[in-house]
Amino acid sequence: MKNLIDFFSFTDSSTRYVVLGVLLLMSSSSVVGTFTFLKKKALVGDAVAHSVLPGVCLAFMLAGNKNPVWLITGAFITGWISLYLIDTISAKSKIKEDTAIGLILSVFFGVGILLLTIIQHSGNAEQSGLNSFLFGQAAALVGKDLYVFGGVALVLLTTITLFFKELSLLTFDEAFARSIGLPVRALELLLTTLTVLAVVVGIQAVGVVLMAAILITPAAAARFWTDDIKTMIALAAFFGAVSGLVGTYISYVYENMPTGPWIVMIISGIAFTSFFFAPKKGILHKLFRQIRIKNKMNQENILKLLYQLGEEGKDFFVSRSISDITTRRPFPMRRLIKGLRTLKRQGFLKEKQRQWTLTKEGKLKGQRIVKLHRLWELYLTEYLRIAPDHVHEDAETIEHILTPELEARLEQLLDYPSVDPHASEIPYNH
Amino acid sequence: MMTKEAFQIILAGSLVAIPCGLLGCFLILRKMAMVGDAISHAVLPGIVIAFLLSGNRDSLTMLLGAGLIGIFTTFLIEFFHRMGKLQTDAAIGVTFTWLFAIGVILIDQFADQVDLDQDCVLYGEIAYVSLEQWTTSDGTMMGPRTLYVAGTVLLLVIVFILMGYKELVVTTFDPVYASAIGISTALWHYLLMAAVSVTTVASFESVGAILVVALFIAPPATAYLLTENLKHMMVLTVVIGVLVSLTGYYLAVLLDGAIAGAMATMAGVFFLIVFLFVGVRKKRKVQKTLLTAPEVIPKHD
Repeated sequence: MKNLIDFFSFTDSSTRYVVLGVLLLMSSSSVVGTFTFLKKKALVGDAVAHSVLPGVCLAFMLAGNKNPVWLITGAFITGWISLYLIDTISAKSKIKEDTAIGLILSVFFGVGILLLTIIQHSGNAEQSGLNSFLFGQAAALVGKDLYVFGGVALVLLTTITLFFKELSLLTFDEAFARSIGLPVRALELLLTTLTVLAVVVGIQAVGVVLMAAILITPAAAARFWTDDIKTMIALAAFFGAVSGLVGTYISYVYENMPTGPWIVMIISGIAFTSFFFAPKKGILHKLFRQIRIKNKMNQENILKLLYQLGEEGKDFFVSRSISDITTRRPFPMRRLIKGLRTLKRQGFLKEKQRQWTLTKEGKLKGQRIVKLHRLWELYLTEYLRIAPDHVHEDAETIEHILTPELEARLEQLLDYPSVDPHASEIPYNH
Repeated sequence: MMTKEAFQIILAGSLVAIPCGLLGCFLILRKMAMVGDAISHAVLPGIVIAFLLSGNRDSLTMLLGAGLIGIFTTFLIEFFHRMGKLQTDAAIGVTFTWLFAIGVILIDQFADQVDLDQDCVLYGEIAYVSLEQWTTSDGTMMGPRTLYVAGTVLLLVIVFILMGYKELVVTTFDPVYASAIGISTALWHYLLMAAVSVTTVASFESVGAILVVALFIAPPATAYLLTENLKHMMVLTVVIGVLVSLTGYYLAVLLDGAIAGAMATMAGVFFLIVFLFVGVRKKRKVQKTLLTAPEVIPKHD
């Protein structure tokens, strides 16, 4: 608990720097990631992240020290080259884009590892911190480094704010952007440059290998909560910042806990929670909705059937047993009983000694389904010229979906017909 | 003249590069290079857990565990894609970074119990192949242990491809036809992914979890530029794999760097050479003559 207070009260100046730095890096990378995610270029970001390693190493070899400006420049150059090569390879040969991405990613990373080990074997005393580019080391973010990386992060956020409208348009509708005269090529270059820069700053926090998580995961999580790009960007930045903060905290408090992987664990946790529990788009919500619709169809089918039986006997309020129902239509027994009970609870059915009777409301509801079914059959035969023996299946589905508005339009269109193509009466309320 | 140590390292490199390349042929033809990349990262926690449970690295448990975690990864990616309606590239990215992060955390946590470190994850220990000898119970020296592990996996992969050649080819080039003649695309998809995971784990010690991707993708991609025939592509991949191992070793010696890194570098160099000389020309030709790979598909069966 004391650690928690220590950490968040910013009493220690180096902690304060680290927290500020991580917040900036994570939120700016996540914001850029939202655009790459929406452009379906998520894995390209992964390739760039791996490809900056040789640039960092080369810059170190040439400069002889870890001046962040040099390292960023080096990273920027090889990151750019990798993107150029991916485009060239997939455009100029029969190699597909995903193969080109994997190829560039692994080869550039291999070159980076080769250079890194050469540096390590050379015995240069300055090299000790280079490893942190592999798995990230937010705690090392102090002094000059913080200013440089924080500066880049601010540049990223400012550029995105300035070009927000253009970038959104490019992401969602490139053709339209071109037709209204936006410089699409230049904007694409801008977005690419921003991606490379986001990677360059992000690797400080989580490292080369896990950088993809910062570009992809916050945006993926945010996508499950909203359809609005502004909200999505804000959410992604928030998710990124929170995971950066918590991840740094964990590695601050516990020994042997690496920052980068913990940041990724937290952001993955947020993402999985969103995937499953987000309202509307979440997996669970979708499952529930499916079940609800299935139940509704089941209940409507039962009412429809009881109505049809009543139609035949010219009395809608006769009590029926379960076997009366199943001889007419083979419902699965469990679903049937469940449906009957729900309908009774809702007041559409009455039950007495295992005999089921429609109530007035139940009869009306069953009647409406039957009416929709027959209207639709008539519509299909009259307007689409489908043979009367082919229309039943389609009507069987649509009867549960048609809204009162569509119902009214169908009635009007068909001029309140009295019988369907099979000469069954279409029941009206009045 | 090559020293015995150099020979053993180059042999180990080849034994790793060949099965990776053979499976890689199918990965890139199926447009699944990045799924292969994801699996190679994702097996890391499996390796560490198997290590903690069994106490050594070359047990059957580890290979089995790897196969399972590879299938789990593939399943997770498809689950997020199908059920969550998440775009495929994002599903891949989210899944593998999460699993890899778990792996790194486990390594750091159990550093004293697990004979693995971050360097090993990144570039393996192929330089030390000859240090670890396999000694039988009566004390006979059988040679480097890694060679046996890699050799066994190579054999397994060759048997897998020979036995399932027809199914792999049909499900790769014509999934619709495959299901029409009763071959399950999903089954072979998951089998291939399991094979990729097992090979990754076996290669992990030698070249690390990330550089193995270079061996999966670069040699087959190079071969793919040179030929349109799948069998030729596989033979070329094997040749390139051996060349990568040979030249990679000497490059590493020359520059005093990691051998695995040098192998990946050479794999890139070979691709670049072929790309510059034939890649661009081939594209034009391919547009005229359609890819002829389906010649291996049986007419009636």
